[in-house]
Amino acid sequence: MSTAVSARAKTGDTEEAPLLQVRDLHVEFRTRDGVAKAVNGVNYSVRAGETLAILGESGSGKSVSSQAVMGILDSPPGFVTGGEIMFKGRDLLKLSNEERRKVRGAQMAMVFQDALSSLNPVHTVGTQLGEMYRVHKGSSRKDAKLKAIELMERVGIPGAKERVNQYPHQFSGGMRQRVMIAMALALEPDLIIADEPTTALDVTVQAQVMELLGDLQREYNMGLILITHDLGVVADVADKIAVMYAGRIVETAPVHELYARPAHPYTRGLLDSIPRLDQKGQELYAIKGLPPNLLRIPSGCAFNPRCPMAQDICRSEVPPLHAVTEQDGRALPGRGSACHFWKETLHG
Amino acid sequence: MGRYVIRRLLQMIPVFIGTTFIIFAMVHALGDPVNALFGDKAPSPAVAAQIRDSLGLNDPLWVQYLHYMKGIFTGDLGTTFSGQQVTALLASAYPTTLKLTAVAFTIEVVLGIGLGLLSGLRRGKSVDTLVMVMTLIVISIPVFVIGYVLQYLFGVKWGITNATVGYGAPIGDLILPGFVLASVSLAYVARLTRTTVAENSKADYVRTATAKGLPRWRVVTHHLLRNSLIPVITFLGTDLGALMGGALVTERIFNIQGVGYWLYQGILRQNTPTVVGFVTILVVVYLLANLLVDLLYAVLDPRIRYA
Ligand SMILES: Nc1ncnc2c1ncn2[C@@H]1O[C@H](COP(=O)(O)OP(=O)(O)O)[C@@H](O)[C@H]1O
Ligand code: SF4
Ligand SMILES: [Mg+2]
Repeated sequence: MSTAVSARAKTGDTEEAPLLQVRDLHVEFRTRDGVAKAVNGVNYSVRAGETLAILGESGSGKSVSSQAVMGILDSPPGFVTGGEIMFKGRDLLKLSNEERRKVRGAQMAMVFQDALSSLNPVHTVGTQLGEMYRVHKGSSRKDAKLKAIELMERVGIPGAKERVNQYPHQFSGGMRQRVMIAMALALEPDLIIADEPTTALDVTVQAQVMELLGDLQREYNMGLILITHDLGVVADVADKIAVMYAGRIVETAPVHELYARPAHPYTRGLLDSIPRLDQKGQELYAIKGLPPNLLRIPSGCAFNPRCPMAQDICRSEVPPLHAVTEQDGRALPGRGSACHFWKETLHG
Repeated sequence: MGRYVIRRLLQMIPVFIGTTFIIFAMVHALGDPVNALFGDKAPSPAVAAQIRDSLGLNDPLWVQYLHYMKGIFTGDLGTTFSGQQVTALLASAYPTTLKLTAVAFTIEVVLGIGLGLLSGLRRGKSVDTLVMVMTLIVISIPVFVIGYVLQYLFGVKWGITNATVGYGAPIGDLILPGFVLASVSLAYVARLTRTTVAENSKADYVRTATAKGLPRWRVVTHHLLRNSLIPVITFLGTDLGALMGGALVTERIFNIQGVGYWLYQGILRQNTPTVVGFVTILVVVYLLANLLVDLLYAVLDPRIRYA
């Protein structure tokens, strides 16, 4: 039943409004050195049962944009300076602090990168899981603990009854990340945002944690935003990908189309820098240069100093997100590229 | 844990013997107690010799020390020259000093942590600046100046409290002296709390707590403050000894007949049993307080394990 629902959502053209729709989101950090424009007009949407991967180099604004959605921006210095965050029909940016708090954890939850530092070292895992029920549901201490054990079993932590009384440092990295996932899952939210959930883990454990996230998402038909800087991680899990650069989304596409035929020079650069078995021994391609300083983002296309295809227009005009089509003009649903020369990149 | 406590208690024995002996030797080095006994008028040599003999002052230092230690284990801490049992003096003086220290400690904990939390949460705001300036002033002025000034203002000029502490040291009278005694430590506690709160407020687990949808107050008390207090409690523990030492100064300002008063008398008259007795108890209290803090530390931070 739930697979049927998610299968329908995955086609992407259901008539119902998306679960989350972010429109023209702007975030800046007002620091001593100046104003860092971390997010500069981001648009994306996620439906129930759908997985959106947000991909980009470190510093491109992936975490900041999702923190703005969660309402946990470090403020000051961070401020949302524009845009809308429509979630289940309401603009979250228009809610009071208290209304916003009740959404957090209960309707949308977050899984962080480093579970060791993201869990409180001085409380048991059971206390931290149970806290969700104690605060949001007013459960008794005893009920909260039973629920915590259930949750731990649900995410595959063996010996949950004993381990519920242990502290985060007594768990392995993979088990700790399962605890984080359990905490996000506690109140069965409509949306989970996972910010580089496997970056801190061993490769073998990474796959297990990713699989768990995927399974849970299908079972509960949740929307999932998966943030990563690693293209390899998301290929099997994501439905669609948004590529971020300097606080903007520069390309969006269904996941396999993006891999097969990128429509933006930056995406192509990212794909070319993945090590591949058939190119063993060859020197690995790397995008030249560094990501821009967010205090002084280059004019025009922010990628122009690093782009092998850059022309004069790239330095003067910001490319909008063009709808990407086939050479004969056939529409490619869900595809967009913020490049003046997307046609040349895709077809040329 | 139990074995750890036993080991710590056993470690106290050499410390106890060492400190008592050092104090014993120091008082001895001050000079001839019999001369001090008579003040300005020198006693006749014959009388002086007789007194010395009866007090065992002619024996070598280590014999005197052993003699004293034997007394301690039978509950006899010796007598003052006027014949009072040192144990009786201790029993009358220590409760007063401990009461003063307890009042000061309470003020230090409540005000210090409260102000530190307030200013750590509002870094850069005017509350924060005010707390920072006030604490800096308190730290840079000698305690006895703060003591005399506050005594004059509150006790004499405005008549809000008694200028000196009455018989039996009632709690009401001890609040002003307690505040004076706590002042410097309080300032340090406030600054330390501010720093750790400010630091930890950026911690990932605080962000997680917010992301869980917990109310702000719960994030602050259960997650932020709970972690920030770990270094503060260590400081409070080591500070307990300093607080008891400071009590001796405060007692003089407010004319409190506690440990400070009798210790001063003992040194003035070079009476070894009085001085050693009082200081030994100070040392023991200090050692026990430290042990208590170390144990509390393990309760507060589960990552710490004792072996
Ligand atoms: N707390 C902060 N204070 C100031 N600037 C910040 C802060 N957090 C993020 N930024 C800025 O936002 C940019 C994007 O950060 P982030 O979203 O964390 O990148 P990533 O894509 O690696 O997750 C950073 O390069 C930095 O300039
Ligand atoms: S707009 Fe120009 S600089 Fe930017 S990616 Fe396209 S070609 Fe490169
Ligand atoms: Mg990040």
